[in-house]
Amino acid sequence: MKILFSFFTVVVLILLAYAGVNANMHFLFGAVIPYIAVAVFLLGFIYRVLKWGSSPVPFRIPTTCGQQKSLPWIKQNKIENPSSTLGVITRMFLEVFFFRSLFRNLKTQLYEGPRLAYGEAKWLWLAGLAFHWSFLIIFVRHFRFFMQGVPSVIKTIEGLDSFLQVGVPLLYMTDVIILGAVTYLFIRRVFIPQVNYISLAADYFPLFLIFGIAASGVLMRYFFKVHIVGVKELVMGLITFNPVEMQKMQEIGVIFYIHLFLISMLLVYFPFSKLMHMGGVFLSPTRNLANNNRMVRHINPWNYPVKVHTYEEYENEFRDKMKKAGIPVEKES
Amino acid sequence: MATTAKPPKPEELSKIDYKTPKKNWIDTPVEFKPGMYCHGSRAKYLEIVGFPNPREWKPGEEDWKLPENWKEIVIEGIKERLEKYRSFRLFMDICVRCGACADKCHFYIGGGDPKNMPVLRSELLRSVYRKYFTVGGKLFGKIAGARELDLNVLKELWYYAFQCTECRRCSVFCPYGIDTAEITLMARELINLLGLNTDWIMGPVSNCYMKGNHLGLEPHTIKSSIEFFLDDIETVTGIKIEPTFNRKGAEILFVTPSGDLFADPGTYTAMGYLMLFHELGIDYTWSTYASEGGNFGFFTSNEMAKRLHYKIYAEAKRLGVKWILGGECGHMWRLIHQYLDTWHGPADFLEVPKSPITGTVFENAKSTKMIHVAEFTADLIKNGKLKLDPSRNDSLKVTWHDSCNTARGMGLLEEPRYVLRNVVNHFYEMPEDTIREKTFCCGSGTGLNAGENMELRMRGGFPRANAVKFVRDHFGVNMLANVCAIDRATLKASMEYWVPDVLVCGLHELVGNALVMTGEKERTQDLRLEPLPGKEAKE
Repeated sequence: MKILFSFFTVVVLILLAYAGVNANMHFLFGAVIPYIAVAVFLLGFIYRVLKWGSSPVPFRIPTTCGQQKSLPWIKQNKIENPSSTLGVITRMFLEVFFFRSLFRNLKTQLYEGPRLAYGEAKWLWLAGLAFHWSFLIIFVRHFRFFMQGVPSVIKTIEGLDSFLQVGVPLLYMTDVIILGAVTYLFIRRVFIPQVNYISLAADYFPLFLIFGIAASGVLMRYFFKVHIVGVKELVMGLITFNPVEMQKMQEIGVIFYIHLFLISMLLVYFPFSKLMHMGGVFLSPTRNLANNNRMVRHINPWNYPVKVHTYEEYENEFRDKMKKAGIPVEKES
Repeated sequence: MATTAKPPKPEELSKIDYKTPKKNWIDTPVEFKPGMYCHGSRAKYLEIVGFPNPREWKPGEEDWKLPENWKEIVIEGIKERLEKYRSFRLFMDICVRCGACADKCHFYIGGGDPKNMPVLRSELLRSVYRKYFTVGGKLFGKIAGARELDLNVLKELWYYAFQCTECRRCSVFCPYGIDTAEITLMARELINLLGLNTDWIMGPVSNCYMKGNHLGLEPHTIKSSIEFFLDDIETVTGIKIEPTFNRKGAEILFVTPSGDLFADPGTYTAMGYLMLFHELGIDYTWSTYASEGGNFGFFTSNEMAKRLHYKIYAEAKRLGVKWILGGECGHMWRLIHQYLDTWHGPADFLEVPKSPITGTVFENAKSTKMIHVAEFTADLIKNGKLKLDPSRNDSLKVTWHDSCNTARGMGLLEEPRYVLRNVVNHFYEMPEDTIREKTFCCGSGTGLNAGENMELRMRGGFPRANAVKFVRDHFGVNMLANVCAIDRATLKASMEYWVPDVLVCGLHELVGNALVMTGEKERTQDLRLEPLPGKEAKE
C-alpha cells in the first residue's frame, strides 16, 4: 500500500510532466516550476535549520564511543570521545563523509543454546555511502550546465567518473552506482521484515523519486538524446533570470522536462521530509559536542530555579534522631 | 496491588519470535502484558513532591483517572519541549528509518516486540508529533505516518516509555546520533504531566526528596548501616574504622548511591570504600543529607532530577569541603558528568579535585569538581600508593560489565579496568560487541528494577547475560564486576535467572579484598565472610 502509493505518485508526476510538455506548457515546466522549486527548497531548508537552531541545547549530551580524557597516562580516544573542537570536527567529518556510526553496524542473531552472535553488517553502510557519494558527484558534474565554459575541476571529475572509457557517450560509473544503490536500498526496505515493518510511504517515495530522476537522466544521456546545447542555454537562461524563448524550449526533448520536473518535485519535497537529515546531521547534539563536561561548564539558557528540600528543613525533621546518633547538627533545637 | 506475574522459565523465554506481524503497527493497539510493566504510583508519593494528578490508579485498568483536558496537556507539553530541547525537535524530524538501531536494543533482542525496535519506539511519539506539528502530518494523516492522540495511543506511549532503559546503545549505531533516550525522556515527562508515574520510581523520588536518599534511610539508620559494615570489616581485618558523618571542614565529601548501604552485593562495595579511605587516612566525610548519588527523579522529569541533585553541591558548600568524590554508579555519573554543573554550577566554592595522596590534580573535573572513585583509585595504584594482594581474589574469574551511562555518557572505560587488573589475577573480557561503547544494559535501569515487571527485566537482561554465559562457558568466569549500584542490584537477579553460577560485585569490593592494610591481621575471609583461597582449612 505504502509502496504502491509512493510508486504511483512518482508515475503521476512523470505523466504530468509528459502531458504538460505535450500541451505546450514548456514555460511552466521549464521555468516557472523550477523557480518555485528552488525557492521552496532554499527557503524551506533555511527555515527548518533555523527552526532547529531556535531550540537551545540545554545539556551537553555527546554519546561517547571511546575512552574519556581523564588521567594523563590513560589513552583518550580523541575522535570517538572528543574533548576538543578539533576532535569534534574530526568526529563530524567522519560521520558526514564516511558514515562512521553506520560503519559500526552489526547483525544480531539468535542461535540454539540460546546463543546471541553479532555478525558483520556493512551492506547498508556501503550502499548508503555509494548512494550519497554518487549523488554528490553527479550533482557536481551538473555544474557544467550552470557555468559559462566548463571549469577544469568539473572536467577532472567527469574524467575520473568515466575512466572506464566505455560507450558513446562515455559511461559515468556514478550513473550505474546510484541506480544500483537506490535499488538495493529499496529492496532491503521491502524484503528485510523489520525494515519493511518500520517503513512509511515517506521512505519509499524519495527512493522512487530519486530513481526516477537518475533513470530519466540516464535515458537522456545514453538513449533518447536531447538537444544538449539547448539544455545548457535553457539552464543558463534560468540562472541569469533571462529564460530562453519558447521555440528553444520546444527543441529540447520531453525526457528533459520529466527529469527537470522530478528534480523540482524533490526540491519541493525536501524541506518537508526526512531528507532534511542532510542538514540535521550537523546539528545532532550527541555528535557535535565535545565531552568536556566536567572541564567546561555548559550553560542552559532556560535554567530556572526549582523547589528543593533544604538542609535546614531536613535537619528540622531529623534533629533529635541526629543528635541521638551523634551526628553533628547546625542548631541544637 | 496487582499480582506479580512470575516470568516463564529461561528455556521458554529465550524462544524469541522476531517475526513481524502482518498488521501495520499503527493499526495494532497496545496490549498490556502482565510481567512487562510496573504498578502505578501511589498518590502520596506524587503529593510529597507536588506532582500533578495524585490519585490511586492501576495501569492495567481501563480508567486511568486522567484530567479532562489531558490531551491538551500532552500536546502543549510536546510543544514546550520542542522549544526547549534541540535534541527532541531534531530527533522528531530527521530519522530516515534505516533500521540500523533495530536489533541493537536489549528489549528487542530479548523480547522480539517490534515496537521495541528503537526506531519504532520513537515513531510512537513521532506519529503524534507529525499529526500536530508538521504540515505533512496535518495534511496527509496516516499515509504520512501521523496519528491522532487518543487514550490508546497514550497508553502505548506509556507502556513503551517504560520499556526503554535510556541506555543509548542505539545512538551509538545511528548515523545521525539519534538518541532514543532523548525521546523516551520526553515521553516520560509527558506522562509525568498526567500523574502517570510508576510506584517503583516515585517511591525513591519522594524518599530522596525528603530524606536524602532513595531508600528513605534516615540519618541515624545510615550511620547504623555503616557501623554494621564496620563490624564486618573488623572481623575480616581486625581493624576498627571510624568514619565521620556530616563533618564540617573535611577535605572531601563522599557521595555514593544509597543502594550500596542497603543490600548485598552493593554493601561489600561500600565496605571496600571504607577500607580504602581508612587505609589512605584521607580527610573525608559521609553526608546523611546528600546521601544519594543516584537520581530516580531523572526518570520522571528533568526538573525533578535537578531538584534531587541539588543536595550534592549544597551539602559540599555547607560542610566547607574542597571537592567531592563520587562512588560507583551508572546513571548517577551520567548526571554528574553531563548535568550537575549545568543545573547547579558553577561550583566555584570548591577547588579542583586533588588527590591528597598522590598530588594528582584532576584537570578533567576542573569545573564540576567531582571525580569518580575509579579515577581516584586508578591514580593511587598507578602511583604505587596501594599495597595490593590480588591473590586474595584468586577464587574469582572476573569479567567486566561496562555500565551504559559511564560507557556512553562519559567514557569511563579504562580506569576501572586498570584497577581491576591490579586487584584480580583472572580477568576475562566478554565479546567485544557487548562491551565498552557497545555494552548491553542490565535490562532494569531507569527505574525498571521493580518486582512486578520481572519478565520484562529478564528479557532486557538477556543479551548481557548471554555474553556473561559465553565467558563462563569458555573461561570459567564466576564473577561479574561493574561500577553501578543498579547493576549490582539487578544483574544479581538476571544472573540467577540466566547464568546461575555467576555472582555480581562492585569494583571496590575487589579492591577491599586485595588491599593490604596497615596493622591488619592475617586475612582468612573475604568481605562476604567467605574463606579466602587457600585458607579454607583454617575455617
